[in-house]
Amino acid sequence: MRYILKKVLSMVLTLFVVSLCVFLAFSLIPGDPVTRMFGTEATPELIAQYREKMGLNDPLLVRYFRWFTSFIQGDMGTSYDYKIPVAGMIAEKIPITLTLAIMSFVIMVLISIPLGIYIAKHENGIMDHIISILNQIIMSIPPFFSGILITFFFGVILRVFKPGGFVSYTKDFGAFIKYLILPAVAIALPKAAMATKLLRGSVIEEAGKDYTRTAYSRGNTTNAVLYLHVLKNAMIPVVTFMGMALADMVAGSIVIEQVFGIPGISRILLTSINNRDYPVVEAIIMGIAIMVLVINLLVDIIYRIIDPRIEVEE
Amino acid sequence: MMKKKIERKRGLSILLVVLTTLTLTLGGCSSKKADDSSTDANGQTADASSEVNGEAGSEDGTVSAEDLSQITIGIPQDIDSMDPHLAKSAGTREILFNVYEGLVKPDADGNLQPAIASDYTISDDGKTYTFTLRDGVKFHDGSTVTVEDVKYSIERNAGTDGSDPLISAFSNIESVETPDESTIVLTLKEANTEFLAYMIVSIIPASNEDPEGNPIGTGPYKFVSRSPQENVILTKFDDYWGDAAYIKDITLKVVANSDSIVMELEGGSLDMYARVTSAQVSQLSDKFDVYEGTMNLVQALYLNNAKEPFNNVQVRQALCYAIDPQTIMDFVSDGKGTEIGSSMFPSFGKYFDESLNDTYNQDIAKAKELLAEAGYPNGFDFTITVPSNYTQHVDTAQVLVEQFKEIGVNATIQEVEWNTWLDDVYTNRNFQSTVVGVDASTLTAYALLSRYGSDAHNNFINFSDADYDAALAAAVKATDDAEKTAKYKECEKILSEKAANVYIQDLPEFVVLNKNYTGYTFYPLYAQDFAKIKPAQ
Repeated sequence: MRYILKKVLSMVLTLFVVSLCVFLAFSLIPGDPVTRMFGTEATPELIAQYREKMGLNDPLLVRYFRWFTSFIQGDMGTSYDYKIPVAGMIAEKIPITLTLAIMSFVIMVLISIPLGIYIAKHENGIMDHIISILNQIIMSIPPFFSGILITFFFGVILRVFKPGGFVSYTKDFGAFIKYLILPAVAIALPKAAMATKLLRGSVIEEAGKDYTRTAYSRGNTTNAVLYLHVLKNAMIPVVTFMGMALADMVAGSIVIEQVFGIPGISRILLTSINNRDYPVVEAIIMGIAIMVLVINLLVDIIYRIIDPRIEVEE
Repeated sequence: MMKKKIERKRGLSILLVVLTTLTLTLGGCSSKKADDSSTDANGQTADASSEVNGEAGSEDGTVSAEDLSQITIGIPQDIDSMDPHLAKSAGTREILFNVYEGLVKPDADGNLQPAIASDYTISDDGKTYTFTLRDGVKFHDGSTVTVEDVKYSIERNAGTDGSDPLISAFSNIESVETPDESTIVLTLKEANTEFLAYMIVSIIPASNEDPEGNPIGTGPYKFVSRSPQENVILTKFDDYWGDAAYIKDITLKVVANSDSIVMELEGGSLDMYARVTSAQVSQLSDKFDVYEGTMNLVQALYLNNAKEPFNNVQVRQALCYAIDPQTIMDFVSDGKGTEIGSSMFPSFGKYFDESLNDTYNQDIAKAKELLAEAGYPNGFDFTITVPSNYTQHVDTAQVLVEQFKEIGVNATIQEVEWNTWLDDVYTNRNFQSTVVGVDASTLTAYALLSRYGSDAHNNFINFSDADYDAALAAAVKATDDAEKTAKYKECEKILSEKAANVYIQDLPEFVVLNKNYTGYTFYPLYAQDFAKIKPAQ
């Protein structure tokens, strides 16, 4: 109970700090939503009138607390730019970005765990060497670049993929998923490479420990030792990494959505920053922050399942 | 130990979120090109790109490129409002041209044709405009346009409810009367025979309480749906009063990454894209037609006439003598473009004075002489501020820097984000010089020339000249067309001779259209007329 309370408190505090940072950052950068709205047709009178209307003349802290109080009541406000409620706008885009992140995650897990175990089992074998070298290369290619290569190779040369041919999930779910596969691969590859490397190292480390020797001495087969004893312990750092990777994938999708022309959360975020559309930016950043915090919480819980000795409470 | 490690990592990831947040927000100042561009100041809606939203081609798997009842058109940035009276960017206005109409609307030759009004008369003193409502014009919701709707639409822009007018010229409206069910009488406070050009203002139903979420107009296309940063979908309006459109469904797809335009056109995700660069044109296959027109804007090195050293007319003239527009056009767009010598471009027909192109022809010796006379025998240093999202303007600035070197003047380019440009340069006038294109919001010489009046609110270059003010006032007052034209030409001449700005060109515009379609038509102001596009066969 005390743990949960503490956890929730620290989450709220983190969110508070994040949201304040965004607000402060916006007050530092040039540009103003009203001048932007009227562009070159702005007159001083119109600007004054709309600033008043939108409550932009109030001091920063007043605006911040007005936003904060309505936010905790579940009201994310109205987009300056689109003049529609932020909640609906984001709700429409969340499935796109979330699907992309989850697909990337699944691809990462599907590649890295079997591969990591395989090369750890055949340490110093040919495959181990080849995969280690490949890993090193893939890790050093940033997703936006592999994204461009993938678009070029599959889209322009092989023509199995239509660049920019994104289909909304409301129109055709199958085509939507199909379009997201390659972007998800682009995001997942470097993470999968890292996870593979981590798992390999971790398995090899655990395999050298005393309890492993004991397990062998009790007559267990290699596979039984590996899957029943070693892997469980070896997974702990990997789970930490994957938790962080999932959070990172949402951030990574910001770049990838641009490269592949996917109209998800990231594009809204980028344009809203450019348009000084604070309500939208605040809402999205808060969403990302909440997600990261929840993932962290889940990682904590998973630790306990894997190794009950780990006390999550401090 | 392990616990500690985990704790530390968790802390790290929270730190990561905070940092990412900050980087993103702060990075926003400089990131991203296409999205933020386009308002009138830059006629060109920047270099955007479009990605068709796959709907077009693969919506139901059976729709192929052969289905010509629909078309996917790439747009550089999302529209800023579906409410025609609040939509400000040029890129939005040109799309809403298909959804909304005014009492009159411009045709491709730049003439105003009756639209919702079937007829109009202007009193000799230029103060009273009488419109006859066209019979049976339908709104997209099926209701018939009434004089009340017209009155409401005009008054909404004039701010008669006490708010400030959305269109500043509308503050000149004295009253809007509707003596009977088919007549609208517009009375002005001060005579203005050009006011008809403003009657392109969109007519919307007075009863519609949500013009943003439920846009209703009278144009050949009606609004279906939109998804922010994704697309806007329009469909043909069957009860349109005028010539029916050819294509049934239009998807306007937001292409956020301009680098992907060519790939999306070739890959079939896009059928059309307006304003590609000459470099992109050269990458296209023969599946496409490229229509060549002009952007209808005044591209110049705009000089802050109130700041040293540009408060000295000889310095400004020296810069004009230093440059060669043709060299700039060769560099920026393969030699395409139209030279201009004042704040006017050729599409304005009778108002354009080609002779002003020769006020200054490149003459390095003359330029140096003027600099010496002005007290800068060794030249000077200055900054050119350019909105980074407009490739052509940035390229132009680069050529200018080289040309100014010839006369010993060192220019430095400062690229800024569009919002920063709006704030610093346009609104606060805190700049030395800038390269942009200025367009006209209506088909009047006034739209281009009024901003150089000494106390005009949008006189961002701080030009101030008594003769100019007098000529402009005379032009506005004149009711005789010949006299009016002469006075406006006098204004242009003053701008040219006083070297208000270093005038360069009206940029070329390239529109790419898949050969399956034809009929793209250029307008002398911001308009993309989708109703004229038709299948090639």
